[in-house]
Amino acid sequence: MRSYEKFFRRNRLPHRWFPGCGNGIVMKAIVQAIEKNPAFTQDNTVIVSGIGCSSRASGYMDFDTLHTAHGRAIPFATGIKLARPELNVVVITGDGDCTAIGGNHFIHGCRRNVDLTVVLFNNNIYGMTGGQASPMTPLGKKATTAPYGSVDRPFDACKLAEAAGATYVARSTAFHVQHLVKTIEDGLSNRGFSFIEALVQCPTAYGRRNKMGDPAKMMAWMRDNAVMKTAWDKLPDDKKIGEKFPIGLFYRAQEQDYDAAYQQVIDIAGGAAK
Amino acid sequence: MSARLMQGNEAIAEGALVAGVRFFGGYPITPSTEIAESLAKMLPKVGGTFIQMEDEIASMGVVLGASLAGRKVLTASSGPGISLKQELIGYASAAEIPVVIVNVQRVGPSTGQPTAPSQGDVMQARWGTHGDHSIIVLSPWSVREAFEVTVRAVNYAERFRTPVILLTDEIVGHLRENVELPDKVKVYPRRAPKISRAEGYEPYTPDEDLVPNIANFGEGYHIHVTGLIHDETGFPSGSPKVTREAIKRMHEKISRAEDEIVDVHREFMDDAEVAVVSFGGTSRTAYEAVLNARKRGLKVGFIRLVTIFPFADKIIRELSKNLRGLLVADLNFGQIVNEVERVAECPVKLCAKYDMTIFEPEEIEKSIDELVAEVK
Repeated sequence: MRSYEKFFRRNRLPHRWFPGCGNGIVMKAIVQAIEKNPAFTQDNTVIVSGIGCSSRASGYMDFDTLHTAHGRAIPFATGIKLARPELNVVVITGDGDCTAIGGNHFIHGCRRNVDLTVVLFNNNIYGMTGGQASPMTPLGKKATTAPYGSVDRPFDACKLAEAAGATYVARSTAFHVQHLVKTIEDGLSNRGFSFIEALVQCPTAYGRRNKMGDPAKMMAWMRDNAVMKTAWDKLPDDKKIGEKFPIGLFYRAQEQDYDAAYQQVIDIAGGAAK
Repeated sequence: MSARLMQGNEAIAEGALVAGVRFFGGYPITPSTEIAESLAKMLPKVGGTFIQMEDEIASMGVVLGASLAGRKVLTASSGPGISLKQELIGYASAAEIPVVIVNVQRVGPSTGQPTAPSQGDVMQARWGTHGDHSIIVLSPWSVREAFEVTVRAVNYAERFRTPVILLTDEIVGHLRENVELPDKVKVYPRRAPKISRAEGYEPYTPDEDLVPNIANFGEGYHIHVTGLIHDETGFPSGSPKVTREAIKRMHEKISRAEDEIVDVHREFMDDAEVAVVSFGGTSRTAYEAVLNARKRGLKVGFIRLVTIFPFADKIIRELSKNLRGLLVADLNFGQIVNEVERVAECPVKLCAKYDMTIFEPEEIEKSIDELVAEVK
């Protein structure tokens, strides 16, 4: 048995994601990152998810796990963290869950800088319901609800997180596994709101409709189009073309997290310790 | 504690604190805001947490998360906010998470008449969220009782692991009375697992009272909580049998304790030939109307629902057997009246008001006179 396998509820496996789906890669990366952080144990870590394909992950993971309602993972996670600050709280969400129905909670979670690590599995589509356009479906890409190509301008969730106040913001992909693990690991160790966007391939509900080929081809697309942030910054604008996109660390800051700030409120009010 | 002049909303905050509530999440809305404002001051003094969320849905989510982590929790709002909270009230029912939701009713639908009194959210309190579910709904008629009913609501939420709606109204919420409140009350503790994980603990295995002893997060039980229909393990199940049993148990854990939960304040029923049914702030007017009618020699009884749901089927039915008629004073288009008609074995008359003003005693008295004439 490989060492990270203890983090899974083996009686709940195999998972139900479609063959070729990238969600399993990110789920594994999360537990590998947790394994590397001695402050995170199976007893003191809570995994909170919303609704959607990626949010199924909580059920497979052997921690206290919470599968909330669509879009609501961040408020639930906030409640857990503020009620018991000694617990580590990791949120698993998707592009629809986090940036559409949960968009308000997402930006306010960032603003408060609650000590959560949010991993957004971005498959560019609503997978569980069969391939409808999400707020992160790229322009022109097809979905069942955008049969002629999407005209809705997509969110850049990393820019959104940074602008809203998150203190760790990074992107990686299911292809760049080592980088993805390191990115999540750094997010876990940041005391504050950490946001990691992990691009995943959805061959069934997204790739097939957009003629992106088999899962391996979709991952090769990630390899060919992702540019490390450091290199991206040096690229002249006329080279930032086509489907190229930056990955890596976008923002990191040390700021007081919400629990520490509220502890000050308790002190001013003359309150007892929790 | 010495006597203090306080508002119904403040008494709810006091009751919450004494009952052990240590976490409040909310969003500003009149006429409930004083509950949030009071707890924003009070909670940090006892090491508790107050948080103002970005919206009403998040307010429900944050208190449910805190409850799962072991805190006793409460949130408060009014009609428009309560409508938004419905999604996660259903989640609390399905996942069996203790939570108290205070609804200080105002005129609806929609933005309605901010923030004039109404009692138009009765059926929403019972059926607001989708799907079959059980719920407890309580309503106070005074500042003192707002305190007591809040304590009871928190205790029921914990004991039955259910959402409890404290259905008050602008009348009681903003009413000021001189009250002396106890420092200590009987508090129901958070239920705890009786066996260890190694002994085969399952979070949703019901205890003898049909309520499961679900571990708090962070206690090493590695539980899974979901809004999907689940079996005793907490994991979703696609089985018709599991679905049937889960929904049945959710109802029966409360219906089984109905005799204890259902609380009906009765006066003058010994000689009553007709009686007035009401709840909350409206009962204050109904009481005066009953007193006035009795002074005129009419044999009128007074029935006040402290527990709105589960509805007092048995009590109303039994009382109605000795009555010639029941008058329901509904500060809405007619909601409680349907419940009374469902169970009463005597004629039922409706006295409805929905014009953003409270009842005057004379209005109810006039309806009493009409009822007496009709059932002679």
